[in-house]
Amino acid sequence: MRTNGPLPMNGYNFAYLDEQTKRMIRRALLKAVAIPGHQVPFGSREMPLPYGWGTGGIQVTASVLGPDDVLKVIDQGADDTTNAVSIRRFFARTAGVRTTTRTSEATLIQTRHRVPETNLREDQIIVYQVPQPEPLWRLEPSRAETSRMHALADYGLMHVKLYEDIARFGQVSISYDYPVMVNQRYLMSPSPIPSFDNPKMHMMPALQLFGAGREKRIYAIPPYTEVRSLDFDDHPFRAIRAPQACGLCGADDVYLDEVVVDDRGGRLFVCSDTDHCAERRAAGHVGADGMQDAAE
Amino acid sequence: MAYVSVKGGEQAIDAAHAWLAEERRGDPTVPEISLAQIEQQLGRAVDRAMGEGSLYDRELAALAVKQAQGDLIEAAFLLRAYRTTLPRFAYSLPVDTAEMLIQRRISAVFKDLPGGQLLGPTYDYTHRLLDFSLAADGAPPPSPRAEPEDAKMPRVPDILGHEGLLEHDGGDEGEPGDLTREPLRFPASRDVRLQALARGDEGFLLALGYSTQRGYGGTHPFAGEIRMGEVTVEIEPPELGFAIDIGDITVTECQMVNQFKGSKTLPAQFTRGYGLVFGHAERKAMAMALVDRAMRADELGEEVTAPAQNIEFVVYHSDNIEATGFVEHLKLPHYVDFQSELENVRRMRRQAARVAERAEAAE
Repeated sequence: MRTNGPLPMNGYNFAYLDEQTKRMIRRALLKAVAIPGHQVPFGSREMPLPYGWGTGGIQVTASVLGPDDVLKVIDQGADDTTNAVSIRRFFARTAGVRTTTRTSEATLIQTRHRVPETNLREDQIIVYQVPQPEPLWRLEPSRAETSRMHALADYGLMHVKLYEDIARFGQVSISYDYPVMVNQRYLMSPSPIPSFDNPKMHMMPALQLFGAGREKRIYAIPPYTEVRSLDFDDHPFRAIRAPQACGLCGADDVYLDEVVVDDRGGRLFVCSDTDHCAERRAAGHVGADGMQDAAE
Repeated sequence: MAYVSVKGGEQAIDAAHAWLAEERRGDPTVPEISLAQIEQQLGRAVDRAMGEGSLYDRELAALAVKQAQGDLIEAAFLLRAYRTTLPRFAYSLPVDTAEMLIQRRISAVFKDLPGGQLLGPTYDYTHRLLDFSLAADGAPPPSPRAEPEDAKMPRVPDILGHEGLLEHDGGDEGEPGDLTREPLRFPASRDVRLQALARGDEGFLLALGYSTQRGYGGTHPFAGEIRMGEVTVEIEPPELGFAIDIGDITVTECQMVNQFKGSKTLPAQFTRGYGLVFGHAERKAMAMALVDRAMRADELGEEVTAPAQNIEFVVYHSDNIEATGFVEHLKLPHYVDFQSELENVRRMRRQAARVAERAEAAE
């Protein structure tokens, strides 16, 4: 039974896409789950939202969404960024599903650029919006060539790139969209999440689905799959985050946004994951700037 | 100053849309433009929206042009998003452009030819002087009328083909692909490439076609024929077993004839570049034909060196709906990734400073 949500839009199928298209996408998803990290081409449709704004994620979400699902949409970790609002409204309008901002309440989470701080569960699905599914694109622009490289697991080019970074800068210079090896077989783009989030993908209990609409590719990581950020024994992967604690909730193990508060170099560091921060504050955690915030 | 997290995206979006609607209407004392006016008087804009929107419907295209305030890429996007929701009843039979009801037909390779040269409604020989009389209302003087000649207008490539001077037309290589249903795979076959070009951005194809004329993958083109007019669209429903006419559409076709010196297996003959576009869209049809021929370089054993010859490059970047979406997505928030870059640069600067300090201490 449908609860709480508004009635779906007239004249369109549930969740916008027609059932044949959903079936085509689900087939691609099944193949993607069966071959973790492998990019499956699919007949991406033109959506009423622009390419590059989450059309891949939206198509994947539309294909797996059911009337009983509870949907959360985030962009940059926040539920209230305009594009997250726009996509959430799209599904509220076309599917009439219940939406939420709470990570723990959601059965389906569509995200752009972040993995929530709260650990996901087996009964949840996370859908990533992917601008560029090909992890090798900066090194080899031809997709005919990169498909060959994936088929042969020929990833020397990427290892050389990491090596050259270390030789020139003393460290790997990639801070987001940091390439991962999935199930010891396919090199994969984790989407442009900060590398801080990469370890969360490893052995995640939730199903992870990736949709790239403009590039017409779908890929997936099944639950409890090995996901390793590429590195070397003597230069292990290091996640990057601002060294501060959240000014509002005091968390020091989360990814932070740096908010400019004045024109004299003043900065406030706060949780990028707005739900996580709100939950912590509700539980009584207070950061260095939190009291001031509450007092005003 | 306390930190106030950004809220109210939903109200802001609603307000922005309301403002947009008001701006679209403009000064309410000025009469509102009607779809019929757009369709009739801004016909080339409607044609372009239909072509790049891949949907032949003049009324919907006029609506899209109005809704997009004349932004033709936005109008094409509106049509594309609408067309994906439409069920597909049938695929048409190939249209026969030899049977076109001709409005315009010219050939640059023959002085005269069966059926003659027919200029039609063209800007070609207008002097580009602003016509201030158009600023005032008033009907144009009547154009002269002539009895239609019943002469056949064979397509120029068919005339050349008789002598074997021109390569055969492609075709009969099975069902054509459809990149709106199946994802592109490379190497993309010519049918799919032509589909991509027909939907492609006029400006992009114009620039690429132009680049082949300036030495980046030259194709030695001659405008064999350009024709524009109405063709009949037919479908053959399986339950009937014969073709039925479902309507007429206006298209522009360009057949480029390109020099080819021959290869080990082929004697010297002319090769083809092909362009076909909805509506009256000559510039696009010609550019399409140039780029189509350029993309055949590999097939014809020519060296592939220029952007217009690179199939992946052309086909992946010709779609302006994809391009505009991805270029404009840069205005979406990217602050999470930017933050990780900030921390990264800070870390690298600290590292560099330490190295410099150590070097100084050692001196």
